[in-house]
Amino acid sequence: MDQDLESIKQDTLSALDQAQDLRAWDAVRVATLGKSAPLTQKLKELGKCPPELRKERGGILNRLRDELTQAIETRKVVLEERALNEKLNAEAIDVTMPVSVTAGMLHPLRRTIEEIIAIFGAMGFKVAEGPNVDTDWFNFSALNIDENHPARADHDTFYLPTKTLDGQQNLLRTQTSTVQIRTLLDQEPPIRIIAPGRTYRADHDATHSPMFHQCEGMVVEKGLTLGHLKGCLVDFLRAFFGIPHLPVRFRSSYFPFTEPSMEIDIGWNRKTGELGGGSDWLEILGAGMMHSRVLANCGVDPREWQAFAFGMGIERLTMLKYGISDLRSFYEGDVRWLRHYGFSSFRSVALHEGI
Amino acid sequence: MKFTLSWLRDHLDTTKSVDEICTALNSIGLEVESVEDPSKTLGNFRIARILTASQHPNADRLQVCQVNAGEGFENVQVVCGAPNARAGLVTIFAPVGTYVPGSDITLKAGKIRGEQSNGMMCSTEELGLGAEQDGIMELPEEAPIGTAYVDFAKLNDPVIEIAITPNRGDALSIRNIARDLAAVGIGTLKPWEPKVVEGEFSSEIKWDNQFKAACPWVLGRTIANVKNGPSPEWLQARLRAVGVRPISLLVDITNFFTFDLGRPLHVFDVDKITGKTLAICPGQGEKFVALDGKEYQVTDKDCVIADQSGVQSLAGLMGGEHTGVTEETTTVFVECALFNPVTIALSGRRHFITTDARQRFERGVDQALLPQAMEAATQMILDLCGGKASEVVIAGEEPEWQRDATLRYSSLENFGGLAVDPERVVNILTSLGFGVQDQNDQSVTVSVPSWRNDIVMSMSMAQHPSIAADKADQLKEIAQAMEGEIDLIEEILRIEGLDHVPAVSLPVNQAVPQAAVTAEQERLILCARLLAARGLIETVGFSFVDHEVAARLGDAPEDLRLLNPISSDMDQLRPTPLASLLPTVQRNIVRGWGNIAFFEVGPAFSQDGERRVAAGVRYGYMPRNIDGKAQEVSLWDVKTDVYFVLDGLGVAVDSLQVTKETPIYYHPGRSGRLSLGPKNILAYFGELHPSLVKEFGFDQAPMIFEIMTDNIIFKKAQKKKAPFLPPFQPLKRDFAFVVKLDVEVGKVLSAAKQADRQLLTNVELFDVYVGDKVAEGHKSVAIQVTLQPQDRSLKDEEIEAVSQKIIKEVARLTGGTLR
Repeated sequence: MDQDLESIKQDTLSALDQAQDLRAWDAVRVATLGKSAPLTQKLKELGKCPPELRKERGGILNRLRDELTQAIETRKVVLEERALNEKLNAEAIDVTMPVSVTAGMLHPLRRTIEEIIAIFGAMGFKVAEGPNVDTDWFNFSALNIDENHPARADHDTFYLPTKTLDGQQNLLRTQTSTVQIRTLLDQEPPIRIIAPGRTYRADHDATHSPMFHQCEGMVVEKGLTLGHLKGCLVDFLRAFFGIPHLPVRFRSSYFPFTEPSMEIDIGWNRKTGELGGGSDWLEILGAGMMHSRVLANCGVDPREWQAFAFGMGIERLTMLKYGISDLRSFYEGDVRWLRHYGFSSFRSVALHEGI
Repeated sequence: MKFTLSWLRDHLDTTKSVDEICTALNSIGLEVESVEDPSKTLGNFRIARILTASQHPNADRLQVCQVNAGEGFENVQVVCGAPNARAGLVTIFAPVGTYVPGSDITLKAGKIRGEQSNGMMCSTEELGLGAEQDGIMELPEEAPIGTAYVDFAKLNDPVIEIAITPNRGDALSIRNIARDLAAVGIGTLKPWEPKVVEGEFSSEIKWDNQFKAACPWVLGRTIANVKNGPSPEWLQARLRAVGVRPISLLVDITNFFTFDLGRPLHVFDVDKITGKTLAICPGQGEKFVALDGKEYQVTDKDCVIADQSGVQSLAGLMGGEHTGVTEETTTVFVECALFNPVTIALSGRRHFITTDARQRFERGVDQALLPQAMEAATQMILDLCGGKASEVVIAGEEPEWQRDATLRYSSLENFGGLAVDPERVVNILTSLGFGVQDQNDQSVTVSVPSWRNDIVMSMSMAQHPSIAADKADQLKEIAQAMEGEIDLIEEILRIEGLDHVPAVSLPVNQAVPQAAVTAEQERLILCARLLAARGLIETVGFSFVDHEVAARLGDAPEDLRLLNPISSDMDQLRPTPLASLLPTVQRNIVRGWGNIAFFEVGPAFSQDGERRVAAGVRYGYMPRNIDGKAQEVSLWDVKTDVYFVLDGLGVAVDSLQVTKETPIYYHPGRSGRLSLGPKNILAYFGELHPSLVKEFGFDQAPMIFEIMTDNIIFKKAQKKKAPFLPPFQPLKRDFAFVVKLDVEVGKVLSAAKQADRQLLTNVELFDVYVGDKVAEGHKSVAIQVTLQPQDRSLKDEEIEAVSQKIIKEVARLTGGTLR
């Protein structure tokens, strides 16, 4: 190679080395491989070369051009990579800066009600409803609690100053059992309903709230026995608490609208609050075979249809399931409490996902 | 109802433990509320003698004592502050580790002012047994050192308290509790046959029963030459244990029978009775002072017992002070009566008297027991007070309480779910006091015992007026005919134990159950989920609020004010859930949590009835972006909430009319009403009225909304038509119109939209400008329209034609001109 070509090569390589960005690199590329570049000129002038030398000369020039093209391309990759890195560095942001997640929340009582609906729904129950302001006939008389029955005094009823057109005293319902009566009057058996809702009693202390929630249940069918009542409630309690072998105890008790009547306890450990274990019992439900008078009061023949009913405190179930200790906190609306015990609205209440 | 184990054992021969007895009680419907076993809770307190007592070196009022408390505690050092602590004193000592109920502490070893103290010397107050004492207990010299104090003081009788359900008035008798326990296998009921005390003279006091409806049957007897005074210790201890204060022998004996037989009695001091007749009659508005020292004015609905000078007793509730017995009483007249439960219940309620007597009479006492109870009481008075008894004087007669009930054995399984052997059935019934009248291989007919007023009780029905009269009568008969059998099934299951009934899952009524909620119910659930998805948190507020708050948030009609609120801030049914939400938000602000987004889906009350309203409040600042400024909540946030919910609930939000007619608690210029047509109002949104902002004490205006979910007309889900998805690219064009300031932007948008309902698929606002670049009193409203070619690309002149139409329509409907 003559001196000339050697210096082209050296100049180009050193220029490439010095090229620190793509613009400088492009200048080198044009200066080396462009139309007016010395190497290009020399290739153009190849025709003037004597034929016997042309082949050899052409080979030298072409190899040099290939070599320099290669060097230029290699340099380009390096510079592009460097440029990308610089861009990435320049674009970096501090990802430790906080964002605010402001998901809304559903109240835990709603969650419990929806879980109750899901479980009883799977057993073929439908949700029934009734008004908060009801009459003494629906709340008491129809339920076999006559005017002088001591249970009326026990209920601490809130009364309103008004009467209905047919002379019934208006009051705030003390129990969702009113919905049993409304359903019996409105529907023909067979019936399976639950009725979650607000109830009211004039009592306010650490363990009583003047408003609370109950869920009533009623089944009116042919061939029912007290065994079905037990099965239905055991099935519910075990599904609700997710404890397949939850101990459930049935104790005789009394309600005016059922006979036999019973209270139902679940096994737990009073000290640890753990459900299902321990040797203590916790009352959780009231139930019974519906009194024949209640059915007859609503036009249902008690010889033809057997019926059972049950009622549970929704706050109670919620407190037990989630370990909430203070009844009053449900209604206080303390945003910290609501965030703590609330549920995402995107969390499904479905048996196949586990209640 | 409280009783002690030893008292129970008067009637029940049993070797069962307290735990076994309680388990049985719980199972048979006599729910145990508490068990106090002093030998367990107070067993650690021992009798001890102070050996030496010397002045504490570092404290004037303390002494350092060496105490002998028996085996294992022969020489214990205790620092004591009681002034009466002295060498030789026999007192009560609690070693380290003892729980002291009176002070609610558990003793630990420690140093008091530098001196070691390993326990405590106590008064009965510290044991939770007695009133305040000056210093520690002083026991007799001979009290046995090292013995548990409760054993020495005979306080070791466990006390069981059970809850009595309204039907089981008979269980307010220890004897009847014993009978139930015997039936369930906890021992044997002891025979009880009181000896008849022959009268030695005729009673000088006689009955005159003028009120047989309230008192069908009454017995009386004079007992002369009695000596009243304090009761023996065993009787006092029993009464104290069940919560009755011992007063004097004669009073304590009546109280004894109240518990022992569930049989309240009353004794009059004969020397204080005016005249020779006690009349049972309705009250006549007289005033009298009862044994509690209070004055009562009786009404003609009350049954009273009166002598010639006036009312001496409010029958079945409380005796009178004037004729009450005292230490000086020498002649008494014993009353043993049967009162109408309803009369007693109503009188008790009327006069706010709650006594052990009322509790029993209003639930119904044993209707046949009167003569025997009288004999037992007479004998006890003669035994403890001496004297001689007259003949028994009687007014009225034993009512016909006898009734039968029949049980078919098959019903136990068909209704109760448990097959029980007929022999066992009869055994249970007889052990409960039922008498077999007739029996075959299908059924048994029994007589109901006189104390079980709950079995085959007569009670009125309350049939709904909508039931045809003949059907109602028929059903009534059926229900009454079934009563006895179900009562007996209940008795058998109660004693057999409900736990023995096999649990049977409900039969499947549909292979795959239908939806449990209706579409309307589902909509409320969805409404709450949508609001939570918008970042709001759900609250549950009381349905009642302060009536003044209610009045400011709509209406507080008298008709919706509770007659008996528990407090004045919870006396009015709320007109809107906002009445609960706003105070709740305020409480959070006070606690230092000022950025709030709350909602409640709940009832709202008006004179037209109840409706369900989803209401919400936003307050403070919206969540801040890291590179943005925190924004105060604005009307647009709640308007978005409302649109998001309505859209999610399937309302055609494009068809909503936005008007300014909002309730008085909204800022009149910053609130809107959403309706479909003029009548069907779906929602309100906006800023809380400034005067309410001030009254509630907010620093900035809360943004509020209400969605009337009941008003959303629900269409059953239908199959949707296939969508029209033209393949041609939509075009966008911008316009700016200058309109007068009072022209609503909504009008500009709907005017533009009207230009071509088919091609214009979207009309959006992107700017509103007021300033020096437009004429005064005007604003510029910039909109972007989207033209969607339907079946071919649009030509330039077609686009131009639509543009002109838009300009024309906006000009026509709003007076706006192209800027």
